[in-house]
Amino acid sequence: MSFLDVLYFIIPAAIFYAAPLIFVAIGGVFSERSGVINIGLEGLMVMGAFIGILFNLMFVDTFGAMTPWVSLIAAMLVSGLFSVMHAVASISFRADQTISGVAINMLGVAIALFSVKMIYGKGQTDYIQERFIRFDIPFLSDLPVIGPMLFKDVYGTSILAIGIAVMAWFVIYKTPFGLRLRAVGEHPMAADTMGVNVTKMRYIAVILSGALAGLGGAVYSQSISGEFSHTTINGQGFMALAAMIFGKWHPLGALGAALFFGFAQALSIIGGQIPYVKEVPTYFLHILPYALTILAVAGFIGRAYAPRASGIPYIKGKR
Amino acid sequence: MSNRVVNILVPVISVILGLLVGAIVMLVSGYDPILGYTALWNGIFGDAYAIGETIRQITPYLLAGLSVAFAFRTGLFNIGVEGQLLVGWFAASYVGIAFDLPMYIHLPFAIIAAALAGAAWAFIPGLLKAKLQVHEVIVTIMMNYIALHTTNALIKVVSDGGDNTGTINASASLKSAFFESITDYSRLHYGIFIALAMVLLMWFILEKTTTGYELKSVGFNKHASEYAGMNVNKNIILSMVIAGAFAGLAGAMEALGTFQYANVKGGFTGIGFDGIAVALLGANTPLGVIFGAVLFGSLKYGALNMPNEAGIPVEIVSIVIAIIIFFVACGYVIRYFLEKANKKKEAK
Repeated sequence: MSFLDVLYFIIPAAIFYAAPLIFVAIGGVFSERSGVINIGLEGLMVMGAFIGILFNLMFVDTFGAMTPWVSLIAAMLVSGLFSVMHAVASISFRADQTISGVAINMLGVAIALFSVKMIYGKGQTDYIQERFIRFDIPFLSDLPVIGPMLFKDVYGTSILAIGIAVMAWFVIYKTPFGLRLRAVGEHPMAADTMGVNVTKMRYIAVILSGALAGLGGAVYSQSISGEFSHTTINGQGFMALAAMIFGKWHPLGALGAALFFGFAQALSIIGGQIPYVKEVPTYFLHILPYALTILAVAGFIGRAYAPRASGIPYIKGKR
Repeated sequence: MSNRVVNILVPVISVILGLLVGAIVMLVSGYDPILGYTALWNGIFGDAYAIGETIRQITPYLLAGLSVAFAFRTGLFNIGVEGQLLVGWFAASYVGIAFDLPMYIHLPFAIIAAALAGAAWAFIPGLLKAKLQVHEVIVTIMMNYIALHTTNALIKVVSDGGDNTGTINASASLKSAFFESITDYSRLHYGIFIALAMVLLMWFILEKTTTGYELKSVGFNKHASEYAGMNVNKNIILSMVIAGAFAGLAGAMEALGTFQYANVKGGFTGIGFDGIAVALLGANTPLGVIFGAVLFGSLKYGALNMPNEAGIPVEIVSIVIAIIIFFVACGYVIRYFLEKANKKKEAK
């Protein structure tokens, strides 16, 4: 295998595995930038993965080839609704945000598996018939070198993921809404004084993060696993959380980190077919994202700082 | 209503609300909640075997709860119990297999190895928190996954590529012939005494020693403690290390008592996350941890009987536990309503 062949092989795979992580990590960026820690991303993602599969199986006759896309919307809605619980607890009820997140994770897995057993009478769903399909992008895929690398056999969901990351960057840094969002996460009292509705902003951010986490989960289950069981989402939500932190709470940083973690995941799965890489024990590829994140927060790879007010409930009139 | 009564009422109300929500979920899903909760009750207390297994399940929950609670008292959130438990599990199994010693040396050796492994795993987030102000929640979550992959890799090495270390030597086992005889051959083991001793130890450290006073003081107010001449950094690291040791011991319970081996895992045991629930329900006190562990350990084991007897998926109990955590975390609201109800009474 020549070097170029390896790239043609590994880069599409990396983007494929990164796509769900990108959605979820961007969701995390929204929530944490508004000052609400969202450890519940994993649970929200599980919910999205489950709803995606459930909807796909139930409505495949109605929507035909469009089913996976419609399922994405269903998953977004349900996970967005589910995240309201985290929002109510951590914003209105002043609960410890980490604990509320832990509860969301437990609840997400429990509800999804409970429903699967109730509906299917066994621990996993059937396999879906309609998956996301790959296509070549006209003209661009004919380009030399980067054509086969980036524009051949691409998934629509991968394009959507990168599009959403760029859009999130624009929204957070170039719009009044984004300015308010960041202000609420850095110094809610100052924002409140200037007339920004802190509670409303935080609710919007948490629900957005829920919807995006659900989207990521549904993309994962409908493009990678093809069914839902207790092992479908196994730490991807936490890996997305890691990507968000490694990307320094910045949408494009999170995009880059998610792509890199997707690359590590792809290597650990298909690395056995690539010369040199197969000599590296998969163990190192497995722990790479987590170890890098620790190094990043510890400041060895450029210090990453959380938004200042993240984790602190805003109580009006309290200094 | 005194503060003390409210502090006890909040978890009690949360548990009741949790069970109520569980019943509603069963009702809405077309199951019979009375049948379900009866099956749960029988799963916990049905016969001698069930009782033995329930206590067996409570054992690691006690230690996981202690781990979370102890760190919490110093203002630290140890969400890394899962990882510390896994390295403890592996360390105890490894010592149990690799050595052949008389029991009075071998067993303590295996137990201490597990505690040390857990402590070492928790030392890293403690150190990063103390020296670099890195948030321990992030580091412990990442350490969980590193522990999962590391122990899996180590088990493969120890077993020459297999996914099970093989049974530990009898000289390192916590198995109890006496417990087996009175509980109809359940897997109940002597570990429960170790867990209870640790509850006592936590109480002793926190309430009767200068170190414990300092640890609590740092938890209340870091800056005041520093001003009073305490070494805050040292206390943060110490608190994490002790919490990690408790979690490591929880792993030893599984390695030396329940399973007698370590195996490659696809995901976490869940004991560590349930430990958060245990500590939270018990308000991070040693006595509270006992109540929390008994409740959640029983629920978790008893639930296994629900599919057989009532045809209800076991996950219903996880839903109940999550809802309980949720309500305890929202204690502010429960307190608010309690106060309101109280004021109304006083006005009359």
